[in-house]
Amino acid sequence: MKEQFDFSVVDKILALHEKKQQAIIAILQEIQEEYHYLPREIFPYLAEELGMSEARIFSVATFYENFSLAPKGKYVIKICDGTACHVRKSVPILERLRQELGLSEEKKTTDDLMFTVETVSCLGACGLAPVLTVNDVVYSAMTPDKASELLKTLKEEIANA
Amino acid sequence: MTEKQYVTIDGIPVEINGEKNLLELINKTGVKMPTFCYHSELSVYGACRMCMVEDERGGLSAACSTPPRAGMKIQTNTERLRRYRKNILELLLANHCRDCTTCQNNTKCKLQDLAMRFNIEGVRFPNTAKSNAEEDSSSVCISRDAGKCILCGDCVRMCNEIQNVGAIDFAYRGSNMVISTAFGKPLAESPCVGCGQCVAVCPTGAIVVKNNISPVWKAISDPDVRTSVQIAPAVRVALGRELGVKDGEDVMGKIVAALHRMGFDEIYDTSLGADLTVLEESAEFMERLSSGENLPLITSCCPGWIQYCEKKHPELLPNISTCRSPMQMMASILKDQAKEKGEKTFHVAVMPCTAKKFEAARDEFKVDGAPNVDVVITTQELVTMIKEAGLMFDALEPEAVDMPFGTISGAGVIFGVTGGVTEAVLRHVIANKSRADIMMVANCGQRGDEGIKEFDITAGESKLRLVVVSGLSNAEKVLQRIKNGEKIDFVEVMACPGGCVNGGGQPFAVRQDKEERSKGLYKSDRLLSIRRAEQNPILKTLYDDIIRGREHELLHVHYGKHNQ
Amino acid sequence: MLKNRQELIAFRENAKKAYDLQEKKIIVCAGTGCVAGGSLKIYDRLRALAAEKNIPVSVELEVDPHGESVALNKSGCHGFCEMGPLLRIDPQGWLYTKVKVEDCEEILEKTIIGGEHIERLACKKDGVSYAKQDDIPFYKQQTRVVLEHCGKIDAESIRAYMAIGGYTAFEKALFDMTQDDIVSEITKSNLRGRGGGGFPTGRKWEQVKRQKELIKYVVCNGDEGDPGAFMDRSIMEGDPHRMLEGMMIAGVACGASEGYIYVRAEYPLAVERMRTAIRQAEELGLLGDHILGTDFSFRMHISRGAGAFVCGEGSALTASIEGKRGFPRVKPPRTTEHGLFDKPTVLNNVETYANVAEIINRGADWYLGLGTETSSGTKAFALTGNIANTGLIEVPMGTTLRKIIFDIGGGMRGDGEFKAVQIGGPSGACLTKEHLDLPLDFDNLKKVGAMIGSGGLVVMDSHTCMVEVARFFMNFTQNESCGKCVPCREGTKRMLGILERIVAGEGQDGDIELLLELADTISATALCGLGKSAPSPVVSTIRNFREEYEAHIYEKRCPAGACQKLKQIVIDPELCKGCSKCARQCPVEAISGKIKEPFTIDLSKCIRCGSCITACAFKAIKEV
Repeated sequence: MKEQFDFSVVDKILALHEKKQQAIIAILQEIQEEYHYLPREIFPYLAEELGMSEARIFSVATFYENFSLAPKGKYVIKICDGTACHVRKSVPILERLRQELGLSEEKKTTDDLMFTVETVSCLGACGLAPVLTVNDVVYSAMTPDKASELLKTLKEEIANA
Repeated sequence: MTEKQYVTIDGIPVEINGEKNLLELINKTGVKMPTFCYHSELSVYGACRMCMVEDERGGLSAACSTPPRAGMKIQTNTERLRRYRKNILELLLANHCRDCTTCQNNTKCKLQDLAMRFNIEGVRFPNTAKSNAEEDSSSVCISRDAGKCILCGDCVRMCNEIQNVGAIDFAYRGSNMVISTAFGKPLAESPCVGCGQCVAVCPTGAIVVKNNISPVWKAISDPDVRTSVQIAPAVRVALGRELGVKDGEDVMGKIVAALHRMGFDEIYDTSLGADLTVLEESAEFMERLSSGENLPLITSCCPGWIQYCEKKHPELLPNISTCRSPMQMMASILKDQAKEKGEKTFHVAVMPCTAKKFEAARDEFKVDGAPNVDVVITTQELVTMIKEAGLMFDALEPEAVDMPFGTISGAGVIFGVTGGVTEAVLRHVIANKSRADIMMVANCGQRGDEGIKEFDITAGESKLRLVVVSGLSNAEKVLQRIKNGEKIDFVEVMACPGGCVNGGGQPFAVRQDKEERSKGLYKSDRLLSIRRAEQNPILKTLYDDIIRGREHELLHVHYGKHNQ
Repeated sequence: MLKNRQELIAFRENAKKAYDLQEKKIIVCAGTGCVAGGSLKIYDRLRALAAEKNIPVSVELEVDPHGESVALNKSGCHGFCEMGPLLRIDPQGWLYTKVKVEDCEEILEKTIIGGEHIERLACKKDGVSYAKQDDIPFYKQQTRVVLEHCGKIDAESIRAYMAIGGYTAFEKALFDMTQDDIVSEITKSNLRGRGGGGFPTGRKWEQVKRQKELIKYVVCNGDEGDPGAFMDRSIMEGDPHRMLEGMMIAGVACGASEGYIYVRAEYPLAVERMRTAIRQAEELGLLGDHILGTDFSFRMHISRGAGAFVCGEGSALTASIEGKRGFPRVKPPRTTEHGLFDKPTVLNNVETYANVAEIINRGADWYLGLGTETSSGTKAFALTGNIANTGLIEVPMGTTLRKIIFDIGGGMRGDGEFKAVQIGGPSGACLTKEHLDLPLDFDNLKKVGAMIGSGGLVVMDSHTCMVEVARFFMNFTQNESCGKCVPCREGTKRMLGILERIVAGEGQDGDIELLLELADTISATALCGLGKSAPSPVVSTIRNFREEYEAHIYEKRCPAGACQKLKQIVIDPELCKGCSKCARQCPVEAISGKIKEPFTIDLSKCIRCGSCITACAFKAIKEV
C-alpha cells in the first residue's frame, strides 16, 4: 500500500487563498514550491476542495510550462535559450550539461533526482548572455567548460552534504 | 418607431433581428457557412476560423463572434476566403487520420464533408495524426480516438458548460494539445456519466458511440436463441435524414417492420415499460408525500443522471425514485417470462441513449449473473443495421408491435421528451379523468425546451412544487437549491438537454430538427386512444399474472447499495 | 498611515530632507544582471567595511533625519549590464564598472573618505576613460524618462521615491484633477501603448471611464515574454513605485478600485520588488480604503505567470489571472468593456504605466515635445545580440537605428559586419542596412512591415544565418502557441517543419512559396495578435534575404556559414602535405589522394563528421 499523502501543506495553501477557484494557478505554484513538482495525489484533493473538475486542474497544470508533473532534481538547471543567449551560443552549453548528466530532451531529470536540466525561453538577463540559473541563482556569460566546472562544484556540494 | 437595420451580405441586404452574431444572420440568407466549433447552445469559441467573412475594405472577421452592426457590408465567399478555408482544411487533414472508409463516422463527418465541399485535392504536409492505438475504448458507452480529433473543443464545452460533468478538458498546449481526462485516465475511470452529448457535437469520428451491432446480428442468426427487442419512445421520431425520414415524423411502424425483416422474433415498445413506471412512481410519490420522507422525489429513468448523482451527490441517492427505468422494467418482465418458459433468449433495447449501455451492464439489473438487457444499441446503430440489411426504409409497410405486450399509452410515449415523465404522472394522479383535464395538464408548465421549468399544482389542501430539468448543469443548479433547504416535492431530471429525443445516441441534428422531434412525440401522444398509463389494459394483466407481490424484485432498485 | 494630503506632503518633505542630508551616496546596482555578477556581495562587503571603519552609513532614509551620513543603496538596473557589477557614486555622478569585492576597501578609503576618483574602475571606450556616468557614450545619447531613476535610487524604498518627488502626480490626480482632466491630459499627450500595438492609452482609459459598471479593474501586463527584451523587468526591479503610481492614477481616472500586476514567473526579483513596493504603499495608506481621506479606494494584487508566452496577449492574460488556461478569446467584446472577470478593464504594459506620472507632473505638452509627431515620448529598448554594448537604453521616439546601434550600442561585437536587427521579438520583423536611417516610431515601422513590439532589438552580424534566425523564432512561437485556433496551432508547426528541412539541406523547390502561403493564411485568420504576427520573422527574412533561402534550398549552401548540416569540409591544397592521415580517419572513405600530394574530399560521400579536421596535423582541413 502506498503511504497516505499528507495534505496539511496543501490545506494551508488552500486556506491562504480562501479556496477560490480563480487562485488555482497560485495554489499550484505554491504547492510546487513545496514539493518541487505537482504530486498526482493533490489533483483529486484540489478538485474536491475547490469544487472544480480534476480534468480542469490537469488542463491548467499542463498549459503552463513551469508546472511539472514529474519530480524534479535537487538542482534545477535552466539554460536560457532566448534570442540573445541563442545567438551567443547557448545550445552547446545545454548539450554539454545533458551529455555529462546523461540527460536528453525527453529525460530531464537524473535518476538519483539530483539534477534537472531544462531550457527557458528568456530570463531577461540578455546583457549577460548566455546565462543559466541553478535554483534561480543566475550564472552569467557561460561556456560549456564553465558549465562543466559548475557541475563539478555542485556534485561536490552533494558529496559533502 | 425604430428603424430597421440591415447588414449587406453578398450584396443582399438582410435585416438584423436580434441575431447574436453574423453567422446566424448569414444562415438566414441561405448560405451554409463552414464551421467546426460553432454550436448555438454552447459558448462561442471562435477557434476553427472557417467562418471568416471579408468586409469591403478587405478586413476579415469570424462570423461566429462578430455581432451584426447596421451598415456592415460583408462577403462570405471571396477568392481569399476560399484560399484560407482550403489551407485550414489542409492543415487539419495533415494531422488527421484519413482512413475514412473504415471510420464509424464515414459520410457523417464534417471534416470529410468540408474537404469535399472545398475540393481539397491533396495534402502537402506529412501526416502526423496520432495512431489509433491510443484509442480509449474503456467506456461501455462511447469511445475516443485522438487521431481523429480536430480540437474544436465542442465536447469540452458540452461536458463542462451544459453537462457540468467535467470528465474531459484540454490538456497540454500548442501542437501537443489534446482533449483528455485528468492524467489521461481511461474514460471509464473518469467522472464521465456516459450521456454521449460529446458524441452529439463532435464534428468528426473522434468521439463515437460504442458500437455493439455484431453481437446483435450474431444472436439473430443463432437458431437456438429467441431474440426480442424493445424500442424507446424517442427513437421513432429521430431516425434521421439518412433514411429519408424527416425529424419528428413517427416511423415506429416502419421500424417494427425493419426489425421483423432483420429477423427479430419479438418486438415491443418501451412505452409499455414507461406506463409501468408511471404507476409505480406515482404510488411512490404519494407514499413519500404522506410520510414526508425523502422529498423531493427525483426521477430515476435517466441513467446518465443516475451516474451523475452517484458520482457527485451520493447523499441525494435516497431521494431518487426506486423505480427502475422503463427499459429495465420492460426487460425484467420479458426475461422473467422467458425464464418461466425455459427459453434461451437474447434481449436488445434500441435507445436514443449512450448511457443505457452502461445501465444495461449494471449489476443491479442482472439475474443470476446475466443482464436483463443483453445489448443496447442506439438509434444511430439501428440506422446502420437497417442500411446493412439493405432495407429500403421508404418502401417498408408499417407493422405493429407484438403481443402480449403490444398496447401502449400516450403517457408512455412522451417519456422521450423533457417534462414527459412529469406529465404522465400528473395525468395519472389528477382526480378527474376527462380528456379536457388532460389538455389542462398539458399546460401546467412542464412542456417546452427550457432547461429548468417549475410550477406548483394543488393536490387536496397542499400545494406541490414540481421542477422539470434537463441538462446536467441545470440539474446541478436545482440540486444546490435542494441542498440549501428549498422545499421542492418532485424533480424530473433528464441528462440530455430537451430529454431523450436529443440523446447522445440519436443521429446528428441541428436545433430546429431537435424541436421537430419533441413535437413529433406530442403528436403521437395525441393520436393515441389511450392517453393515460392506468388505462392501458395490458397493465392489469401484467399486475395480476406476474407482478403483484414481486414489485420490488421486478420493478424497483436501490442505487448506491450494490455498486460499492 | 497618511490620513490626508497634508500628511503626505509632510512625509515627502521629511524624506527629501533626509535625502539631502546624505551628501555622499554609494549606489550598488542590484538588477538581475549585476546580482548575477556578485553585486550583493559587494554591497554586504561595503556595509561591513564601513562599520569597521566607523563610517556613518545609512542604508535607509531616516525617518527622523539628523546629521550627515553616507548612503549605501541597492538600485535597480542601470541598463549597462555588459559592464557590471556597476556602482554609482553621488554627488559626483561617477560610475564604477566591473567592480569586485576586493575593490570595496579602496572605494571606501579613496572615494568616500578621500573624494578621489579611482581611474581603474572607470568605463573605458576606444581608449577614452569616462569618470561620469552621463559622459559615457552609452548613456550620453539616451533620453531617460521611464528609466530616469533606474540605477539612481534605492529601488526598495518608498521614502527614496518620495524624496525625489514620488507620488506627487498621484496626489495631483487625486486632489486637483477630475477624471476627465486626467484622461484628457493622457489623451493629449498621445501616449501610445508600449506593449507593441501602440494603441492610444487615453482612448483606452476613456472607454473604461465611460462604462457604468461599479467594479472595474486596472491591469498591468508585466508578462514580458519576448526573448531578448527586459525593459519591463528593469522598470519593475529598478523603479517599482513609478509603475505603481501610474496604475493608481489609472485607477483614479477610470474609477477602478482594484489592480492586478501580472508578472512573468521568470522574474523573481521583479515580483519581490513589486511586493515590497505594494506593502510599503499599503503601510503608508496610499493603497487601501479611503486613500488620504478621500473616497478613492484601491487595492493591488500580484499574479505570477506560470510560463506561457501567449499570456502577454490581453485576453489570455486576464484568463490566466482568472485561473484559467491562457487562451485568448475572440473579440469583440473588448477588454475595456468585458475584461478581467468580465468587467471593464484598463490593460497597459509596464512601460506605459511608467510614463503616466511624469505626464501628469510635467503636462502633456512636455511629453509631446519628445519623439515624433505621431509617436510622442521615448521608448526603452533592450539591445542585445552581436553588439558591443548590450543593455537597456531609452531614446526619444524617432531615433534612427544607426544612432542606436553605432553610437549608443558601440557598433558590432567581434569582426562581423552589421547585417540585420530583429525588432519586436518573435512577433516582429528584421530591419536591414537600408533601414539604418529610418526614424523608429510606431508608424514608420508599420510602413516597412515591422513593429516596435515590446522593444527588443537583437543585432545580427554577417555570421548570422537569416534562415536559421527565422527557424529559431518559428520554433519559439510554435512552442508557445496556445493551440486554440487551427491556423496558428497547425500552421506554425508546418512552417517550422519546412524551415527545419531547409536549414538541414533538405529544402525543396516551392518551399518559399509554401511558407509565404501559410504565412498569409495564418496572418489573416489566426485568432489573436500573437498568432497573426507569428509568421512575421519568416516573411521579413524572405523579403530581405530571399537569396539566403535560395542558397539553402537550391545550392545546399549556407551563405553565412552558420548551418551545421550545410557546412562543407575542404582541404587547403596549399597547406596539405599529403600525409593521408585524414583519409585513414574518414569513416566513409570520402577522402582520397596520392601521398605527398594534396588530398581531396568527395563531398557527395562526406557526412561532415569532422574527424578529418581533428586528424590533420597541419590545419589544412576546414569547414566553410
